[in-house]
Amino acid sequence: MVDDVEFTSYYGRQIVKTPVWKSPDVPLYLFLGGAAGSSAILGALADVTDRPALTRAARLTAGGGSILSVVFLIHDLGRPERFLHMLRVLKVTSPLSVGTYILAPFSAAAGATAAVELLGWFPRLKRFGGVVSAIFGGPLATYTGVLLANTAVPSWHEFHTKLPFVFGGSAMAAGGGICMAFTPVGEAEPARKMAILGAGIELAVIRGIEGSESVVAEPYHEGRPGQFMRAAKACTTMGLGLAVVAGRRRWGAVTSGALLAAGSLLTRFGVFEAGIASTKDPKYIVVPQRARMAARAAGAPGKDGGVRFVTP
Amino acid sequence: MTSVSSASAAFTGRDPGNRLYGPVPDVTEQSGYVEEHPARVGFFTDTSVCIGCKACEVACKEWNTLPMDDSHGVKDALGLSGMSYDNTGQLGANSWRHVAFIEQSRAVDLPMPTFGRPGDDRHDHGPSPAVSGDDVSLANAQQSSVLNAEALSEFDPQTGQSGADKQVRWLMSSDVCKHCTHAGCLDVCPTGALFRTEFGTVVVQGDICNGCGYCVAACPYGVIDQRKDDGRVFKCTMCYDRLTDGLQPACATACPTQSIQFGDLDELQARADARLETLKGQGVETARLYGRDESDGVGGVGAFFLLLDEPEVYGLPPDPIVTTRDLPAMWKAAGKAAVMMVGVAVTAILGSRRS
Repeated sequence: MVDDVEFTSYYGRQIVKTPVWKSPDVPLYLFLGGAAGSSAILGALADVTDRPALTRAARLTAGGGSILSVVFLIHDLGRPERFLHMLRVLKVTSPLSVGTYILAPFSAAAGATAAVELLGWFPRLKRFGGVVSAIFGGPLATYTGVLLANTAVPSWHEFHTKLPFVFGGSAMAAGGGICMAFTPVGEAEPARKMAILGAGIELAVIRGIEGSESVVAEPYHEGRPGQFMRAAKACTTMGLGLAVVAGRRRWGAVTSGALLAAGSLLTRFGVFEAGIASTKDPKYIVVPQRARMAARAAGAPGKDGGVRFVTP
Repeated sequence: MTSVSSASAAFTGRDPGNRLYGPVPDVTEQSGYVEEHPARVGFFTDTSVCIGCKACEVACKEWNTLPMDDSHGVKDALGLSGMSYDNTGQLGANSWRHVAFIEQSRAVDLPMPTFGRPGDDRHDHGPSPAVSGDDVSLANAQQSSVLNAEALSEFDPQTGQSGADKQVRWLMSSDVCKHCTHAGCLDVCPTGALFRTEFGTVVVQGDICNGCGYCVAACPYGVIDQRKDDGRVFKCTMCYDRLTDGLQPACATACPTQSIQFGDLDELQARADARLETLKGQGVETARLYGRDESDGVGGVGAFFLLLDEPEVYGLPPDPIVTTRDLPAMWKAAGKAAVMMVGVAVTAILGSRRS
């Protein structure tokens, strides 16, 4: 935590704009995309190792999650009817553009796979669709970290190398948890293991963010985002513990799976709201930027200090 | 005519260095205008001569038919900010020029590039003609009188104090979109609605924008914003329509003190350097240029400022850095995290007994 610091502002008004992204649309998109992505990977691997019940649960989770996440993403646009304008260009500098080209093939493949899984048609095509969605599943779950971090929002940008791992871990906790809850315990072991490992990664990386000395870690502790983060930690920790202890029993699998999914969802809300809160106080812009300037003036080549381009 | 890409310069294959960050010799050419193109234009806003008349705001609203909004950007609302003469409050979808008002009262000598208030300089003058000559006692009596003009002029009705140790200064500054060399809004726009014009400015195409809002979150200055009932985003175009017809932007045309100067960026930079030199020579120690340095976090801006105090006093970020500078590190992290997910899933499968 950081002590109160002196800084100047223009009548206390915020400097950067607060993102116009809506809640719960965007946190739900992050959660569903993550759960779908990790389930798709699990589903393809379960398919090739001949675990039909797990394959089915994973494919339905991936398909349902991806279709719903597309709905939330489009609903969040200011002009939803212009969604296809996203496909005019491909820009590597725009995580949303890259994300569109991940989400489009993923949701097509995962949605189709889930549909034929339900209908029981075209078994070969089903396997192909499952593999395609598995290829795009990882990027779908982790690009959302870049989506948030590649902004001027202080509490997101500062942790730009950590957010993809938070979301990757959180995705596995949620996807593994959901698949574990909907698969007979005899076949659910891989889902349980993925959920446990994912939850561990999620908790560890979030600990790194919350324990940061930076002033922009503050919003993760305070107010509504702080409540979300604490609730997320409680759910994920309990889910993780229960999965280890009682994951082999039906009730244990269902309860811990639900707790892990809830923890993942709350993490997305917490991270989202923390970023929103950090834009509303000029402190989170002025203080770190002043510190950066001071470090540069002192000649200390810190993370952002020191390195300056020289005009020829 | 080559095709003009709305993709960032970083990925167009030209200019191998400084694609996401750092100085760029010709940002217009880097954006795809490889054949002949107009010189990069910009604004130099010299706040030392701004009188806070808001003619720029009015001219901008009139020319661009922007709707009324209150100090929080709420459209069609009339509201007072309750903090100063500034009821515009901020830049946004409906305000593309914003005049900031800062009232500073300090018990120190605050340098201003102008003369003091009327009456402040009377100490230096000789006695007035009416008391000239040898009648010094009368002059002294008049000077000591609380009713004489000098004493009145030094008396501050707000604080009840008088004397030379109390000075108030007003800082006024007309803020605007910076038209960055490395524009975060343009980098992150997923539809190509934001593009760089042949003049080196950054403009939104209203018929392409689908209101995703990414640019709003990416701007380090908090300039661009979404119009809620419309869904799309809006910001200063540097009057692109006027430029193509050889006119100056509306705000610069309306400015009565030449605080807002429009022109070729090279020329403006030279003019700003000279102006800073002049002010420093006059003892205005606090004068500084903001956004002029091409080695700063956004590669220098197209609309830069001469300020008389720290940037944050005016509501500007002191050391903005375009977010995409760190994008390669982010993509690397996301790639590693995706590989990690596959690794964990494979481990989970291989580490499990077959049923």
